Amino acid sequence: MENIVIIGNGIAGVTAARHIRKNSNKRIIIISAETDHFFSRTALMYVYMGHMKFEHIKPYEDWFWKKNRIELLRGYVSKVDHQKKELQIEDARTLKYDKLILATGSKPNKFGWPGQDLHGVQGLYSKQDLDLLEINAPNKEVCKRAVIVGGGLIGIELAEMLRSRDIPVTFLVREKSFWDVVLPDGESGMINEHILDHHIDLRLETNLHEILADENGRVKAIITDKEEIIECQMVGLTPGVSPNVSFLNDSGIELGRGIKVNRFLETNVKDIYAIGDCAEQHEPIGNRRSVEAVWYTGRMMGETVAQSICGNRTEYKPGHWFNSAKFLDIEYQTYGWVFSTQGKKAHEQHFHWRHPSEYICLTIAFHKETRKFLGINTFGIRMRHEIFDKWLNEERDVMHVIKYLKDANFDPEFYAVYENEIAAKFNSEFGTNLKPEKKNWKRIFAIG
Amino acid sequence: MSTLDKSMELAGQPPVALSRFQKVAVILGLSGLFIILLAGFNTNFPNKGMWLIISLTAMFIGVFWFTKEAYDKKLKGIKNDGVWFKSISSKGLWGWITGITLTGFYIVLYFFPEFLGLVKNGANTGIIALFDPLSKLLSGNSASQWFVYGTLYTVAILAFGIKFISKYRHNRYEIIRTISVMFFQLAFAFMIPEIMARLNGKLPYYDLKNIWPLNYYNFERYRINAFIDSGDVGMAMLFFGILSVFVISPILTYKYGKRWYCSWVCGCGGLAETAGDAFRQLSDKNLSAWKVERWVVHSVVVFVTLMTTAVIYSYLGNDTSKYWLTKNTFLIGVALLLTAIFVLAMVFKREQFQKDARYGAIGYFVIIMALIGFHFLSGEGNVFLFKSETLRKSYGFLIGSIFSGVIGTGFYPVFGNRVWCRFGCPMAAILGFQQRLFSKFRITTNGGQCISCGNCSTYCEMGIDVRAYAQKGENIVRSSCVGCGICSAVCPRGVLKLENGPLKGRIKSNEVLLGNDVDLMTLVNENN
Repeated sequence: MENIVIIGNGIAGVTAARHIRKNSNKRIIIISAETDHFFSRTALMYVYMGHMKFEHIKPYEDWFWKKNRIELLRGYVSKVDHQKKELQIEDARTLKYDKLILATGSKPNKFGWPGQDLHGVQGLYSKQDLDLLEINAPNKEVCKRAVIVGGGLIGIELAEMLRSRDIPVTFLVREKSFWDVVLPDGESGMINEHILDHHIDLRLETNLHEILADENGRVKAIITDKEEIIECQMVGLTPGVSPNVSFLNDSGIELGRGIKVNRFLETNVKDIYAIGDCAEQHEPIGNRRSVEAVWYTGRMMGETVAQSICGNRTEYKPGHWFNSAKFLDIEYQTYGWVFSTQGKKAHEQHFHWRHPSEYICLTIAFHKETRKFLGINTFGIRMRHEIFDKWLNEERDVMHVIKYLKDANFDPEFYAVYENEIAAKFNSEFGTNLKPEKKNWKRIFAIG
Repeated sequence: MSTLDKSMELAGQPPVALSRFQKVAVILGLSGLFIILLAGFNTNFPNKGMWLIISLTAMFIGVFWFTKEAYDKKLKGIKNDGVWFKSISSKGLWGWITGITLTGFYIVLYFFPEFLGLVKNGANTGIIALFDPLSKLLSGNSASQWFVYGTLYTVAILAFGIKFISKYRHNRYEIIRTISVMFFQLAFAFMIPEIMARLNGKLPYYDLKNIWPLNYYNFERYRINAFIDSGDVGMAMLFFGILSVFVISPILTYKYGKRWYCSWVCGCGGLAETAGDAFRQLSDKNLSAWKVERWVVHSVVVFVTLMTTAVIYSYLGNDTSKYWLTKNTFLIGVALLLTAIFVLAMVFKREQFQKDARYGAIGYFVIIMALIGFHFLSGEGNVFLFKSETLRKSYGFLIGSIFSGVIGTGFYPVFGNRVWCRFGCPMAAILGFQQRLFSKFRITTNGGQCISCGNCSTYCEMGIDVRAYAQKGENIVRSSCVGCGICSAVCPRGVLKLENGPLKGRIKSNEVLLGNDVDLMTLVNENN
């Protein structure tokens, strides 16, 4: 029986294991240094906030693994020897493999700031980071102020977490507006407002210069590039993540920023694959990045690689881009491609609508000349994934989207709907005369 | 040595303490309870009506003020910060104390009403006497322990209903649903039966929204007699009672799922959703709990069916010339109805039953039919081996009192707020059976957007592992779902939506989720 060894028990590795089990009888071993069991990384924040206990963020009950004959091994892989086809675990024992899947995820970025390794300075990625946060910022008495450096998704989550315990937060963001490298200006501006509503001290266009220590080697303050000193007991470094691959440095497996893979998720070494955050495509796929550190892409790569392992060599061909997040109280979904105002393609035109008083808005991207629909961002409105996937497949134009937007609405029943206002604004901007069609179950469920 | 293996399980100290005003609000609310407690120790209040108003108002304002302090200063959105740190909502000391206190109250209420001041053939004393003025105002009669309970129950649903609305003020589904349960409790459960009693003294106390088998005593002899004795109104009510079992509820459940009842109308559901909301996360999500649930709740259905059949049988006659419905006609009717349901389900929905469900259904069906057959073989005598009176009494004691009251509500802070609805309620089981097999209702999973975070499962009061479906891209079609909508509300990624749609494609499971390669999805999902 073939030994399939998977390093990493995150969404990518676990998805691969589940699908290999569905399609074969191979022996499957998952190794993780982080936790005994798979948990939802994106849900770690809710444990600190008291919405859930750690056991709640484990998607499968503990008996699941034994029942499905997926062996779990706790340990840190220090070396991969692809000639002998074996792994060394913590310089102590070795483990043979026939096929190896690397799904080691990411690690938080650090950019060489003075003081970045002091006590009280941390990132937020792993279960260990969460445990550390309970020590560094258990309450507002121990942590009288926290500073967060880096305005991305993890940064705003960490700010929300700390605010749930009433800890004052200063949030340093390099850009001139929150996440404006990804979001169009209107949306980014709205999130800025919401951040301030939550009494988060948002400092735009501000960088970290240095972290200062007290006599015990603990953080006591930071200095910004504007030479302001901010006293704090905890510093959260959240300027993004990068692939967790340093243990492979001398392994002979080709590395770039991540583990280099082809479209079949194969590395340069036979029988070794890489999936999830740690994999780097030689050539990016479409508008995607070559390293995709997203839950969904990790899962999709897991689904794909399992096919290859089970004898059906399959190319990683993700469908239309989609993603979601939640900024404090505002839900965000995106389907297709909407680029930021600064990063917009030459042919890309945006239509933006925002509710006059609520934090609800959307941006639709379409082709300037052909009016082909390219993508949509929504804030505070939920949308149907299937519908947008279908419209993107059918290469509909933006008028079609405006006209049938009611089909796509996924908000709970009785919610106020805004399709008419949205259409009215579109009509006035583009000189059209579109009338939104009523929601139609037949159209909605005529899918696939 | 590896440093990665450290598990630093330190208890955090989030701001779980109450604000100063919240403490005052709690004291105010408790002072209302204290007045009732004093009455329980036979403090003779000079002006009972006034003291009752003071007591109820204090409780109501206490909850209302607490709510304002808790939510009004916060932005609208999900309010679950610190739920698992607070003793009351995480099975801590306060949770247990509250649970034991409530349980004690229910034991006194059901089995020792004299401690509440109930006096047979005499003027009430104690707590019940405190409620006399209100009862006389409404129905003209003195209060009973059930009137006391009903009043407190209604105050709880109204006060905590406002709290719930305030907590979920960003969510119109939750607001409208809660206004609905508050209305049905106040009007249908509390006011209308009292007023009807005033208008027509012969009418049995009838909460019209309380449908058999939840209202397991609705077809007992004394009630049937009372319905008949009170003329056209009584007959209309009896007719409505039968109609709601066989016509109204199947139609509504087909269109909207069982939520039309369980989380929009029902009083048990109303209390669970309002006063019980703080405990929804305590329901057990393990697969083993689901197995227990299926056996227990369906056994209760069998029990209530047998019991009701036996009770009705016991007072029917044998002579067709007196009345068309005789013992034999009735039993044959029941047998035919059950056979029809059994055959239809087994023929058309067979593939949707788990193995144990099939065994269970066949087993119970055979037992019921054997018992009915027993009657015809043995001639006159006991139906179902037991005396109908024994069945009725044991059902009333075990299910009506112990399960729905003492455990179902008393144990809110320990087992969660829907223990009764999930494990015990035969009405929920029957509606659920229909919801699972023949209804437009489902919770739609939004393509591939699930991140397996677990908020939906954690806050499901019915103990459904919602995430297990959502992360497979599968719609949630479960008989136990009461459609409270909280899974959808707490989902951070907009994955879940309660909706009534076409039957076709209602249940779907995907091997590979939306977002991946179209060819791969087609290949794998079609092989599936």
